[in-house]
Amino acid sequence: MKISINQRKRYTQNIAFWIFRLLSFMVVAILFIILCFLIYNGIKVISWDFLTQMPEDGMTKGGIYPAIIGTLCLIAGSMVFAFPVGVLSAIYMNEYASDGWIKKLLNQMTSNLAGIPSIVFGLFGMALFVNKFGFGDSILAGSLTLGLMVLPVIIRTTEEALKAVNDTFRHASLALGSSKWQTTRRVVLPMAFPNIITGVILSIGRVSGETAPILFTVAAYFLPRLPHGIFDQVMALPYHLYVIITSGTNIEESRPIAYGTALVLITIVLIMNLIANAFRRYFGKKVKMN
Amino acid sequence: MHKIETKEINLHYGNFHALKGINLVAKENTVTALIGPSGCGKSTYLRLFNRMNDLIDNVEISGQVLVDGEDIYGRKVQVDDLRKKVGMVFQKPNPFPKSIYENVAYGLRVNGINDKKFIEERVVSSLEQAALWEEVKDKLNKSAFELSGGQQQRLCIARALAVQPSVLLMDEPASALDPLSTSKIEELIHTLKKDYTIIIVTHNMQQAGRVSDYTAFFYMGTLVEFNETKIIFTNPKNIQTQNYITGRFG
Repeated sequence: MKISINQRKRYTQNIAFWIFRLLSFMVVAILFIILCFLIYNGIKVISWDFLTQMPEDGMTKGGIYPAIIGTLCLIAGSMVFAFPVGVLSAIYMNEYASDGWIKKLLNQMTSNLAGIPSIVFGLFGMALFVNKFGFGDSILAGSLTLGLMVLPVIIRTTEEALKAVNDTFRHASLALGSSKWQTTRRVVLPMAFPNIITGVILSIGRVSGETAPILFTVAAYFLPRLPHGIFDQVMALPYHLYVIITSGTNIEESRPIAYGTALVLITIVLIMNLIANAFRRYFGKKVKMN
Repeated sequence: MHKIETKEINLHYGNFHALKGINLVAKENTVTALIGPSGCGKSTYLRLFNRMNDLIDNVEISGQVLVDGEDIYGRKVQVDDLRKKVGMVFQKPNPFPKSIYENVAYGLRVNGINDKKFIEERVVSSLEQAALWEEVKDKLNKSAFELSGGQQQRLCIARALAVQPSVLLMDEPASALDPLSTSKIEELIHTLKKDYTIIIVTHNMQQAGRVSDYTAFFYMGTLVEFNETKIIFTNPKNIQTQNYITGRFG
């Protein structure tokens, strides 16, 4: 039987699309499997006490309260630093810098910064913030280190967000006698803001999950109390997880706590994403309606 | 003194010679239409008057552009001040993602005016001048995006008028609109002429004939012919002008 060229085209297309479809479903499936795995193994230990109590008995009992608070502190601290610096740099690079070697250099450096392994950030943070600036192992040093690490993410997404704002709006504003800064602040930024939040979402995911940058700059092995200020150490969920997995002597008792900790970590990231998304939608609507 | 005058204007985009020695004058309270095929330089020429060409890298300009006798490329001139005096309406309606009211108030706010009552009066009078007031007076706080394309364009005109310019530049203001909206814009140009000096770029020859007092025909960066509109359309001196307006090319 002879297949016509048109039929063959259709078959090839169908096969290709099915492969693409399967691959894209696989992404969802992987996330789903990880979540199910964590929930299945970790849900047993989750309780109000687990979330609100200090760890006890060589971390085989009790809760993970200080690590949760620690991670929240680090998310907030790193964003306080990285958000304004990243957004302002992106504004400079996209709205002000004219095409030339300075802009090329800045772009190249941003990409290079993104390529630095997180453990190197940890080492650098220790050398600069902990030792040189004398912050010691502290929330401040850890937040700055994490902030540096996610700076490229925020710069890149902000740049994309600014580029997505059509030039006709800039021209309309400038033609009314407004300055470049007025145009940026009153017209461009409000329109770009929902997409800038995307960068924050991605950053929060990384900040809350990275272990290497906090290893030498802030994370405490065991510190069953809340921090007293930004110069205090804290426990943090990813490092706590690492500790429970590697140094426990009683695996039967510590393994469920590890899964529970992982589940809490993932849940925090998801909640942060939801909050950021709500922000995004709120500002998106405001831009349209205001 | 002419309201607007250019003397021996040459403009280069990098190596491209976009405007070649343009001399032109426009009297106060007249409408001048700039016509010509795509890429002839008419929009580039229009953007000289509020210095929008400054936003493009690698532009070199020589010659003089005078508004009220003052060289607007002179060193003392503040671009922001110039753009208050020379307003612009763009090809596609481009209202800001703000309310109708805030769109018109924008130009006042960025120029440091905070007096609520003053802003309100100016918003109302600008919308009236742009023949939009009756249609929007009950929904000033609604988003500008809820308006139709033609209404949005009139809103953009009101927005430009609010800062009280004396010159209005229009870059094909009706090319994205339907015939009915177009005729409204054309009527509007007619009434605005009393208070403003208008320069309009248009692709539409009938439109140039209907709205303008003077017409300048551009071709490949040169000003081929400039005269009263009725002479350009009935008795052009230049064969290229004649070919263009009779539709033989363009």
